[in-house]
Amino acid sequence: MDVEIWSRIQFAFTIAFHYIYPPMSIGLGLILVIMEGMYLKTGKKIFEDATRFWIRIFALIFGIGVATGIIMEFEFGTNWATYSKYVGDIFGSALAAEGIFAFALESGFLGILVFGWSRVGPKVHFFSTLMVFLGSMFSAIWIVVANSWQQTPAGYHIVGKGIHARAEVTDFWAMVFNPSSVDRLIHVWIAAFLAGAFLVLSVNAYYIIRKRHLEIAIPSFKIALVVATICSLSQLWAGHRSADGVAKNQPVKLAALEAHYDSSARGDMYLFGYVNNKTQQVTGVKIPGGLSFLLHGDFNEPITGLNAFKADEKPKQVNAIFQVYHIMIACGMGMIALCLFAIWQWKRNKLFETNWLLWIFVWAVLLPQIGNQAGWFAAEMGRQPWVVYGLLKTSDALSKTVKANEVIFSLILFTVVYSLLLVLFLYLLNKKIKHGPESYDSEESDENSKRNNPLMQQH
Amino acid sequence: METFLGIAFNMWWFLVFGAVISGYAILDGFDLGAGALHLFLKKEESRRIALNAIGPVWDGNEVWLVIGGGVLFAGFPVAYAAIFSAFYVPFMVFLMGIVFRGVAIEFRSKEPGKWWRKTWDVVYSIASIIIALSLGLMLGNVALGIPLNDDQEFSGHWLYFFNPFAIMVAVTTLSLFMMHGAIYLTMKTENRLFIKLHLLANNFTVFFVLSFIITTLYTLLYIPHLSDYFRSHPVFFLIPLLMILSIANIPRQIKKGKYRYAFLSSAVTIALLLIMVAVEVFPYLLFSKGNAANSITINNGASSTKTMKTLLIIALIGTPLVGLYTGFVFWTFKGKVKLDATSY
Repeated sequence: MDVEIWSRIQFAFTIAFHYIYPPMSIGLGLILVIMEGMYLKTGKKIFEDATRFWIRIFALIFGIGVATGIIMEFEFGTNWATYSKYVGDIFGSALAAEGIFAFALESGFLGILVFGWSRVGPKVHFFSTLMVFLGSMFSAIWIVVANSWQQTPAGYHIVGKGIHARAEVTDFWAMVFNPSSVDRLIHVWIAAFLAGAFLVLSVNAYYIIRKRHLEIAIPSFKIALVVATICSLSQLWAGHRSADGVAKNQPVKLAALEAHYDSSARGDMYLFGYVNNKTQQVTGVKIPGGLSFLLHGDFNEPITGLNAFKADEKPKQVNAIFQVYHIMIACGMGMIALCLFAIWQWKRNKLFETNWLLWIFVWAVLLPQIGNQAGWFAAEMGRQPWVVYGLLKTSDALSKTVKANEVIFSLILFTVVYSLLLVLFLYLLNKKIKHGPESYDSEESDENSKRNNPLMQQH
Repeated sequence: METFLGIAFNMWWFLVFGAVISGYAILDGFDLGAGALHLFLKKEESRRIALNAIGPVWDGNEVWLVIGGGVLFAGFPVAYAAIFSAFYVPFMVFLMGIVFRGVAIEFRSKEPGKWWRKTWDVVYSIASIIIALSLGLMLGNVALGIPLNDDQEFSGHWLYFFNPFAIMVAVTTLSLFMMHGAIYLTMKTENRLFIKLHLLANNFTVFFVLSFIITTLYTLLYIPHLSDYFRSHPVFFLIPLLMILSIANIPRQIKKGKYRYAFLSSAVTIALLLIMVAVEVFPYLLFSKGNAANSITINNGASSTKTMKTLLIIALIGTPLVGLYTGFVFWTFKGKVKLDATSY
């Protein structure tokens, strides 16, 4: 295999691993703002205890998110030097803006969030929580803007030829608000809220089943359920907007998502299926004309198919793209069904007695995670063979000086280190969850923290 | 060429990049130094205090690296592409150091076990040392220049980076950070730990001064072209002069017990060292050894003026904000470290 495929595997692996954490930070940030806000408003200690508990989990998630995120920033330069030169004007601006506006805000205030309880008042602490949350939201803005520009370039012109060709900004705001930025940003934000909400749901469902920390677990579960329900339903709308945008701006990607080959036929919508790219056959359950209806309100409207595009300007992995796209949708629909059913049970006062439902919530933390990963794979694989849609091919974007064996070396390094990180992360997360929230500010809490902190026992 | 306050935009951006990198070296420098000397502290409580001295701020300090990367990417994409693809192998090692340093700090306190903590102490310390050494190694090679081909990409083998000059710069960087970190920790500690750190600060100062002298002599004797610019522009001799004064002030202030001034001096020393490197390499961002025509300069490596203008606005809005809340965080955690339930 050559440098290109190794570099692509490495990039996909490192970004996918990184993307486990930031959505949880963003979503958990929202929940923290709500919980600490409730604490400030009502003065109830359960909200303080819950906030403190989730901040410690937030710190763990944030720590790994930062460590794996720094790698992403430099991987463009190490493995994709030609790409970096080509898009530096645009992509670099977005990254620089992210660093200075978003990341600095987030990291700066995180110290106060975690260590500042006794150093600042409750209002300043709440303000810090708000800033950390805003920082993570801003981060998403700049990263999604940069990626959206790769999907739907705007506000630029090309300078130079061949190896020295590069895109230069002509209109900064047109670049920022390129045709897909806003839709995709909303889609990503909501998905991140879901990741956070379902984490909180999962942990509290576990406590409720085990009849532990009920005074904290039940209100926390309710808060997260409301957030999850609102978000999973609004994702229908946001996802639809995104798909509309793809149909308009990247018709070839849309055709690949539903494996629609024939240009003159109506577009079917599959619930699931299998694509044979050679025979152009899709086997599965479909709504005939569903795609045409969703995009144009008419079941018989023809949709441009894959066959209408040149062989070297469309993705080859149609089945993989089809699968990840449908996995994402299935996860989204699963979350909606689960939330609505839970709300109904709540109305009937049966939610917290239905153990099997709570067990589903314990494991449902995986739904937004799988959905997020699948969604990004669909977006990125669907853009192939382009790295910048219509402008720069992925195969032309590499670092020419980097050899295959060097990439293999780093890929092995990443695989080993990231596997270790994931194991440690899950181990510590599990431990923190088993340990549960503590009560602070009372005599009992001092005892508790001593018991749980062996260092304080020694002295 | 358009200008702002009489200075061309790419020159502005060169200065901004220099300032951000200096900020990173000064801020994360003490974290890295504290990490590198971590194993010199033997007692569990001492190690915890040392960790909590950087606990609330190290994350924010590391952000300067992220900003630096963004600034280079946006302002000088050609240099960004060439530097990171050229230093592929050392840079991957550096990134692993960054990953392990971060998670070691985070993970260490999460388990009480003796071996758990000892393992993360070692990981933390080695990762900090690796980060400092690889930063120095890359800085040394950038100062020296590396062979670039017609596409302005590296045309050598990665073993090339381990030349004597770069290795000396790497060791000097490590010693500088260790001194800087030890001085920082004296400001944050009390009693016996404080006395120990006072002694360590003295020893690392000696270590730094020796490394610095050897590297400087080697440069003057074997790499004369690095001092060309100073010889042709004698006014720049002020920089090394100031630097010598600043270095001499460090042991003086440590002796007087004025650690804050000693810390300030070592921060100034770091900035002056980087300014000196900047003057040595200017106007090159990456000098092509062997074929100077392929070098990347602040002119042929820069983004469009439009982007640099936009970025300057971003920097003008962003920097005061970052300064404001960085200051607020440092102020919140000022004074000696006190361990409590939220500490590492």
